[in-house]
Amino acid sequence: MTESNHFKIAIASGKGGTGKTFVSTNLFNVLRKLSYHVSLVDCDAEEPNDREFLSGEETERMDVTQQVPVIDENKCTYCGKCFEYCHYNAIFFLEEARIIKVMDELCHGCGACSVACEYGAITEKDDVLGTVTQYQIAQNASLIEARMKVGVHSPVPVIKAAIKQAKQTDIVLMDAPPGTSCPFIQTVNLSDYVVLVTEPTPFGLSDLKQSVETLKTLGKHYGVIINRAGLGDNKIYDYLNQEKIPLLMSIPFDRKIASLYSTGKILTNEDLDWEMQFNELFNFIVTRHGDSRH
Amino acid sequence: MEIAVISGKGGTGKSSVSAAFATLLPNVVLADCDVDAANLYLLFHPTIKEEQVFISGQKAVIDKAICTNCGVCIDYCRFDAISEMNGEVLISETSCDGCQLCARICPLEAISMVQEDKSRLYAGDFRNGKMVYGRLSPGEENSGRLVDVVREKAKAMAKAVGIETIIIDGPPGIGCPVISSVTGVDRVVVVTEPTLSGLHDLKRTLEVTSNFEIKTQVIINKFDLNEDMSNTIVTYCAGEGITVTGKIPFDPQVVEAMVHCKSIVEYAPDSEASRIILSAFNAI
Repeated sequence: MTESNHFKIAIASGKGGTGKTFVSTNLFNVLRKLSYHVSLVDCDAEEPNDREFLSGEETERMDVTQQVPVIDENKCTYCGKCFEYCHYNAIFFLEEARIIKVMDELCHGCGACSVACEYGAITEKDDVLGTVTQYQIAQNASLIEARMKVGVHSPVPVIKAAIKQAKQTDIVLMDAPPGTSCPFIQTVNLSDYVVLVTEPTPFGLSDLKQSVETLKTLGKHYGVIINRAGLGDNKIYDYLNQEKIPLLMSIPFDRKIASLYSTGKILTNEDLDWEMQFNELFNFIVTRHGDSRH
Repeated sequence: MEIAVISGKGGTGKSSVSAAFATLLPNVVLADCDVDAANLYLLFHPTIKEEQVFISGQKAVIDKAICTNCGVCIDYCRFDAISEMNGEVLISETSCDGCQLCARICPLEAISMVQEDKSRLYAGDFRNGKMVYGRLSPGEENSGRLVDVVREKAKAMAKAVGIETIIIDGPPGIGCPVISSVTGVDRVVVVTEPTLSGLHDLKRTLEVTSNFEIKTQVIINKFDLNEDMSNTIVTYCAGEGITVTGKIPFDPQVVEAMVHCKSIVEYAPDSEASRIILSAFNAI
């Protein structure tokens, strides 16, 4: 499913705010320190945050665009075929009044209208959906950020473009968008292993179950990190036992960790014990699921 | 009156605030529009009276008995959803956007569209009124459309029984389902947290609500985890002409309430958190 020359780990969660970014930036940080050639892709294109924790020089920036139609009203015969072909209701058409308009914000750029038009009245222009920016964090480590433009309906094209950028490194970490819908699937589907971050609350458990069911369907390997352990209840541990899902790490609720995080500091830079724990986390995943090269 | 609670960043306490709002009044309609991960039913155990199928989209399927693997469809697909593997043309279900172009151009009409019908809308009663929620099947699209349907249902129920207040628990992010959750509402409450990520996401969220010219207020949850950052957020909001109507302290009782299937105002009505949520609600 993936090219075998690099190992891809997705960090995901059904529920938002469970600590995906915390885990991603810390794992990235320890791999950087271990001199791995690593890149972190911030796939949460609606609300990308990894850059708040990592500083580095911008080395590359590109716009992600899609092709949206432009209708030449001089050539248009108002036949309505493009309107009929458009599955996204992005073409507004009143036959009798001879009004035809493209609503760019609804267009998915599929090109069906261009194929439909028999009169050469449709050309296409670039419409910017967002940007992919690369930052050099260290000589061996880079951050690739997917950032959707405010007002765009779907982050998926920007996420796909960002993941494509990461092809060159040995290890690729992907900080996934929350949920289990299309943006999540697009991210985890390209990974070799998925780390699910959750919290021991009824909401956390319910969303974890949904993520697990989705990953089972996709045939992915995965394990769970419980964040803010100590708050909430124990039902999540019963669930993990029952389903035989490996508990990769348990991060207690700790005001120190929370306050460090709030200021944009990385825990594994401040605390040796946590640095070791994240090293072990990576070793566990790689020994079980990485290829022999690592 | 429709009040939408959103957050930009996930996990800031949006659903806890929505649940509290929904239990401050004796009679409300609660619409859980986080259709990707609807959770409020876990607190309120609604009695479901109605279940509707939501068609979230369609996917292209190739009839292998007709297909000659000519590959014309591969050239037309702009979602990289069709590829050739060992001489066989295949459509990736996860990449297909459902545009139907391949089905239209296939010279042999070997491709047809199959509806995705696993998503649902549920409506029923809960202890403080009516409740509606959507459940998008994993991997399916069009969550914005499902949010529209949930809101339409909530409005219809409110009208039918004469309830005035609709509380909308929105999804995280700033994409299509969020825009659908806030378009045309009377008030948006953005729940944020005092972290750099919280502030960054708040800025993007306020950009969305200001584009739609919706009256917006902000609540800072767990404000005491970083008081400097909370002050930065208050200053930022003031500059944008937005009022911070509540600063809720970190309180383990908020999570305990959830474990006991209650909102914080039901579980600990005298707590500081409940008092602040009430005053933020009164500010609306």
